[in-house]
Amino acid sequence: MAAISTAVPTAVHAAHAAPKVKSSIRKLNFFYGHTQALKNIEMDIYEHAVTALIGPSGCGKSTLLRCFNRMHDLTPHTRYEGEIRLYPDDVNIVSPDVDPIEVRMRISMVFQKPNPFPKSIYENVAYGLRVRGVKARSELDGRVEAALRGAALWDEVKDRLQEPGTALSGGQQQRLCIARALATDPEIVLFDEPTSALDPIATASIEDLIISMAGSVTVLIVTHNMQQAARVSSYTAFMYLGELVEYGPTNELFTRPREQKTSDYLTGRFG
Amino acid sequence: MPVGSQALEHQHIVRAFDEELSRLKSAIVEMGGLAERQVADAVRALAERDVDLAAKVIETDRRVDELEERIDQDAIKLLALRQPMAIDLRLIAMALKITNDLERMSDYAVSIAKRSQRLAELPELRPMQQLPRIGQTCLSMVKDVLDAYVERNPDKATAVWHRDRDVDEQYTSLFRELVTYMLEDPRTISTCIDLLFIAKNLERIADHATNIAEKIVYIIHGTEINRPRHEVE
Repeated sequence: MAAISTAVPTAVHAAHAAPKVKSSIRKLNFFYGHTQALKNIEMDIYEHAVTALIGPSGCGKSTLLRCFNRMHDLTPHTRYEGEIRLYPDDVNIVSPDVDPIEVRMRISMVFQKPNPFPKSIYENVAYGLRVRGVKARSELDGRVEAALRGAALWDEVKDRLQEPGTALSGGQQQRLCIARALATDPEIVLFDEPTSALDPIATASIEDLIISMAGSVTVLIVTHNMQQAARVSSYTAFMYLGELVEYGPTNELFTRPREQKTSDYLTGRFG
Repeated sequence: MPVGSQALEHQHIVRAFDEELSRLKSAIVEMGGLAERQVADAVRALAERDVDLAAKVIETDRRVDELEERIDQDAIKLLALRQPMAIDLRLIAMALKITNDLERMSDYAVSIAKRSQRLAELPELRPMQQLPRIGQTCLSMVKDVLDAYVERNPDKATAVWHRDRDVDEQYTSLFRELVTYMLEDPRTISTCIDLLFIAKNLERIADHATNIAEKIVYIIHGTEINRPRHEVE
């Protein structure tokens, strides 16, 4: 008779190093006047990964995304409470002491509708660099090319860099906006519904781009399209009525969510 | 209450999806009913030496195969068109696997029926009386696992899963008895081999019922049945 093994299985997850945290949201509340749009959000954003925020309209996902580059500062009667800590320097980016321009240098954003500046393709990408004081032509050229390559647009526009950005197709314009966002070497890129104005082919190329970007930057994306969240992200957060309901690896959230609300939303049984 | 069983009570916003899912579920129940009937009839045909009943079991196989094909096509269509998630995804993915288990059960019942037709012409051996007993255990497992599927009852499924060991024990004991018979009287070998295969088929039917039990638990909870330590080692 074989002796019964008394060995206890050792922790298997020890083989995988815990992902590095790029940013920590701590007790974050946000108010539009008297309306509380975010309620006590606690969440870690992992470095060099794509994190998707999903939830029905009005759940607070775009509000949360916009906190990351202080977009709300321009809206009157808004108020932040709590912290969004950005590492490695551990600065609270929603603190009134932190200059929003500094935040936007490190965290750039791509919007729902492509919004190129009414300038040439080249100048669209060079804009942020010029604001930062980069003047040397050779450096500008190199970084514009790198950003356009990073946005998978270089081959399509390299011979027409002086044409207006608005002359490009919708998908190309969105990739131009991504190149513009990448030009200043941001640490985090925020995407707010980046493909909802694009056709499926242009959408696929943006998704491909987002996935490949994750090797070098941290991506936070808001999307109404759950399949898109499933396709591009490693982590997904489900929000409802200003609260973070469930947050975890995308694969687990979509196959076996822990919370009833998440399950109802994912399976289209909401309400 | 687990997340899974609650979710199934809520309706989808797209009502057509609810109808498609419920059609898929009833097709599986229909297929399960046919396979259960085949197992029951095959065991009876063997016990009562009823070759006509055995022929009926063999005949039913075609309908089971047709249903399997239809369910698989429906499930693939649902995956492609509805992009199901969470419990819906688990339900549809498991439909594909459960039909496979049911189809195998049906095949084993056919195999038993064919052997029972041959055995009906040979003199009866004592171990033959043990087979219907194993058959009844298997049949109750098949019946209960189908009930657990209809009721979405993970506890009932887990209970079926635990009963697989009983069948394994009965099979082992019958196996020993048949070997003894063959050693004592080599003229019984051909009959005993048929009986051995029938016992093996019944044991496999119980295994497939056990598989379905695991899938029911996965549909509801999204997790595997936890195996007790002694079975893992």
